[in-house]
Amino acid sequence: MSNESVIINPEIIEKKISSLNSFQKGLTDFFEEVSALTHFTIHFFKEVFLPPYEWKEFLKQSFLIGYKSMPLVGITGFIMGLVLTIQARPTMSTFGAESWIPAMVAVSIVREIGPVITALIFAGKVGSGIGAELASMKVTEQIDAMEVSGTNPFNYIVVTRIAAATIMLPLLVIIGDAIGLCGSYLGVNIQGDVSFHLFFLQVFGKLDFSDVMPAVIKTFFFGFAVGLIGCYKGYNANKGTEGVGKAANAAVVFASLLVFIIDMIAVQLTSLFN
Amino acid sequence: MENIVVEIEHLKKYFGNNKVLEDISFKLEKGKNLVVLGKSGSGKSVLIKCLVGLIKPDAGKIILLGKNIADLDEKGMNELRKKIGFLFQSAALYDSMTVRENLEFPLRDNKELKKVERENLVKEALKNVGLEEVIDEMPSELSGGMRKRVGLARTIILKPEIILYDEPTTGLDPITSKEISQLILAIQKKFNTAAIIITHDIECARITANSLMIIKDGKSAIEGSFEEVSQSKDKWIHSFFE
Ligand SMILES: Nc1ncnc2c1ncn2[C@@H]1O[C@H](COP(=O)(O)OP(=O)(O)O)[C@@H](O)[C@H]1O
Ligand SMILES: [Mg+2]
Repeated sequence: MSNESVIINPEIIEKKISSLNSFQKGLTDFFEEVSALTHFTIHFFKEVFLPPYEWKEFLKQSFLIGYKSMPLVGITGFIMGLVLTIQARPTMSTFGAESWIPAMVAVSIVREIGPVITALIFAGKVGSGIGAELASMKVTEQIDAMEVSGTNPFNYIVVTRIAAATIMLPLLVIIGDAIGLCGSYLGVNIQGDVSFHLFFLQVFGKLDFSDVMPAVIKTFFFGFAVGLIGCYKGYNANKGTEGVGKAANAAVVFASLLVFIIDMIAVQLTSLFN
Repeated sequence: MENIVVEIEHLKKYFGNNKVLEDISFKLEKGKNLVVLGKSGSGKSVLIKCLVGLIKPDAGKIILLGKNIADLDEKGMNELRKKIGFLFQSAALYDSMTVRENLEFPLRDNKELKKVERENLVKEALKNVGLEEVIDEMPSELSGGMRKRVGLARTIILKPEIILYDEPTTGLDPITSKEISQLILAIQKKFNTAAIIITHDIECARITANSLMIIKDGKSAIEGSFEEVSQSKDKWIHSFFE
């Protein structure tokens, strides 16, 4: 009888082992991905400072990445400011602090919401766009063709796009913030009456350098992350047309995740320095 | 032996357990066309990608225009690549550029080239493939056959000494295929270029081949003129010609 209790169902063991194996595989895949991404990043820093510099392509990409994202960033920024202001009113009025709304909204937009929301939109539009474009260039052998014709494709395609994304996102965030504040001005005036002059007096009275600077600095990292992940996923896409969709999708997911992680680190660092 | 432009010895390439190329050897003379036949997946593309350094072989020797490519650094390889044209299976036109910009791309390195000269080179290359009128169009506006021609124009703009064609007629209708095959022949005549033409299109092989090689299990199964190979008694080889 005592024997029975030690009999173990082989099926259960098999299941346990296979789940352990898949966990192990997941872990190895994760570290392989991290190592590949690290190499990709190092490759970028090696090439970015070395000639030849592809200025023309860099400017073209800056235009496509930056200028073409402006309408989307503008609209979301405006709605963000407007909604935030309208939502803040009930709470603020219980404390009789309606006059603080502009300052409060301005601080939250400039410090946190503006950069993060814009970066997420940027990841969705530009990150996926770069991912899909590079993946399809890979699938249709355009990257090979470039290499064969004596142009370094990493330098021409990847470096220019990452650089453009790094420089364009901070500009977009500034524009988004500004339009967000205009949205907020409208929100304030839906139920109250504050002159444009007074509104911005309150806004800039409360915003100081220590709000603006860390926020601007982190947007460079957001832009870099979006460009890097888009390029990495596209450049390493699998052959075949399904590789294109996968690359675009993975680019958005990982870039958005990275934006949050960088934001978390940035917040910790800023509070450390203040 | 002065006339040998491509010399391959015991080329081997595995991808993990996938033994793609086992042992490939051949020579190609100046001005001659070699057609390489093989079933799809037999490693034909891998073979010519090894030639231009897009894929690194595991073993074997590749000598192009008298240079062993294993001895070349990046700069030397890029110099050599200018003398070798590569027409990709999908034509590989840059989607974001016009036909003109596509053709100008290989000329980027040549900073001394004046605008007029550049323009003339582009027009001449397009004229050689009979497509002058599409110069300002985007690749997405072109048909499959036109894309191949523009790809070919981009390939010959640097006047290469060797051209590598990766399935130049695959995916085209029989009439267009024949036109492309004849174009390959015309370019050979005009520029006296050597070419390796990879295909499984027998009609294309018949039109373009000075000699023919068939790859089987990563090895060259037979080599000879089109007539010799097509009269082979081997069933497997004969199956290509049915
Ligand atoms: N970069 C690569 N990595 C791994 N496997 C590859 C790569 N390129 C080709 N292969 C494999 O090599 C084999 C031959 O491919 P290919 O040369 O494209 O065949 P084809 O003769 O149809 O041109 C295929 O099985 C393919 O999966
Ligand atoms: Mg192929």
